[in-house]
Amino acid sequence: MYGGGTIFENIKGTELENEDPGQLAAFEARIDRGEKIEPRDWMPALYRKQLIRMIEQHAHSEIIGALPEGTWITRAPGFKRKMALMAKVQDEVGHAQLLYSAAETLGKPREQMIDDLINGKSKYSNIFNYPAFTWADSCFISWLVDAGAIVNQLANAKGSYGPYCRALDRICAEESFHLKYGHHCVIYLATGTAIQRAMFQEALDRWWAPMMHFFGPSDNISAHTETLMRWKVKMATNDDMRNQFLDMYVPKIWELGFTIPDPNLRKNETTGRWEYTEPDWDEFKRVINGDGPCNKERLAVRRIAEERGRWVREALQSKQNVYVTPLA
Amino acid sequence: MNTAALKELLYKMADDQLILGHRNSEWTGFGPLLEEDIAFSSMAQDKVGQSYALYQLLHALGEQAPDTVAFTRNAPQFHNCQFVELPNEEYDFSLIRHFLFDTAEAVRFDMLTQSRYEPLAQLAKKIRGELRYHTLHANTWIRQLGSATEESISRLQAALDKAFPFALGIFEPSPFEDQLIEEQLFAGEQALRLRWLERVQTILAETSLHLPDVTLTTPEFGGRNGHHTEHLQPLLDEMSAVFRIDPTAEW
Repeated sequence: MYGGGTIFENIKGTELENEDPGQLAAFEARIDRGEKIEPRDWMPALYRKQLIRMIEQHAHSEIIGALPEGTWITRAPGFKRKMALMAKVQDEVGHAQLLYSAAETLGKPREQMIDDLINGKSKYSNIFNYPAFTWADSCFISWLVDAGAIVNQLANAKGSYGPYCRALDRICAEESFHLKYGHHCVIYLATGTAIQRAMFQEALDRWWAPMMHFFGPSDNISAHTETLMRWKVKMATNDDMRNQFLDMYVPKIWELGFTIPDPNLRKNETTGRWEYTEPDWDEFKRVINGDGPCNKERLAVRRIAEERGRWVREALQSKQNVYVTPLA
Repeated sequence: MNTAALKELLYKMADDQLILGHRNSEWTGFGPLLEEDIAFSSMAQDKVGQSYALYQLLHALGEQAPDTVAFTRNAPQFHNCQFVELPNEEYDFSLIRHFLFDTAEAVRFDMLTQSRYEPLAQLAKKIRGELRYHTLHANTWIRQLGSATEESISRLQAALDKAFPFALGIFEPSPFEDQLIEEQLFAGEQALRLRWLERVQTILAETSLHLPDVTLTTPEFGGRNGHHTEHLQPLLDEMSAVFRIDPTAEW
């Protein structure tokens, strides 16, 4: 899950000046023809940089996203939920592994990416800077955050970079099970006792704003990404993805009898687009820049895990454990 | 068939699997490297799944449903050995526990494939297959870290010294030991312990680690009779935190 809301930088006009015009034109022609770019192929430095940034953010989002849900594994009610949630969060960590490997094909080692995560240099999906207070919060994440991620990832799977697309194909297949699991959990809360229903309504009230932020700032204030869209790095605009998510999931939430905390939310049947209260983008920026309810905790946990595991990684790299390629 | 003896055997195995599965799952998101995070998570799923299957056998023998048994009992009603309830601590202790415990499990379920209680023998065949991967994983890591750096060796040795009396607690004899052997339901804790020691020593001999002297070690018994460390009740409180909000609700 968790691929949404990638933050791109504004591209400076000078960044393509040093590229060979012939190679650049051939590269763009390949993308136009729908070909995939592979690790050893020629690519502009800017393409490489932006892809590393995007895949790395995605990978970080997977391991950080494992924290708010992971904390509910030990409290999941009943065998069925406990086993399913364990498997789901394990999938997410597996996705991180796949994605770090995809990013490594572009030349940045995993260790360096994790260092950049811990020292705050790279970002991850903003939504995981919010706390999962109750079981219903974990159900919200499994259903709706994963749903949002699928919207984003299905689009990105049609992108231009081969290793990332192949990782996403596998990830999306697993995510569809997460979505079913999450939806199933929410149906049980919706059709359960008054306490269970209230629990999910409260989770919805807490998570709606971060969910709207999930797809990133609205198109009229977000970074200019025309080049990235032409190169099939970014496959849809933030507003288009948000609209697609609302189209698919608002009716399902309403069907279960819950109230979405936005009085202005409605579909404009003429335009076919959803209308809603403009999300608070100042809050989004504040949180993504480190001042959210859980930013410090999330990074602290990651830092501690890295420090506690250092002796294991060092031991693996000791002389006794050097891998020798078999001769036959 | 001596049902009381059989139930006692099933309960202690189911409780062991559940509690260690729960502990293993606490590594999710915190492993020393992603691959280990994923491995412990896999083993956690296997163990909790195995406990579920064992509770189902108990249910078929007239005990309450698996969810009720797992999520509503208190510590004195649990029959797991104390070893599995100890906190994970650092990866060194978790790895040593995984090695010592899963080696015992592998032998136990291998023995149980011969049980005269057919449902258990059938289940043991399935569980034995899963445990093969757990011991393969444990042995690989013990071999690697047990002869790598000074730090990894001294950490694992300290963890081994601490874990060993608790590991011997796995084999706390049941009050029904003789009946279980006589009725060929299970060949007994003593036989299991002998085979376990041999396997553990074979692996450790390939490393720089040394098993403490078994004749000088007092086993940490008590768990099989409901005497637990201070760590079990908080684990159970956490595990049942949501379930207990309304035990009649469906989640």
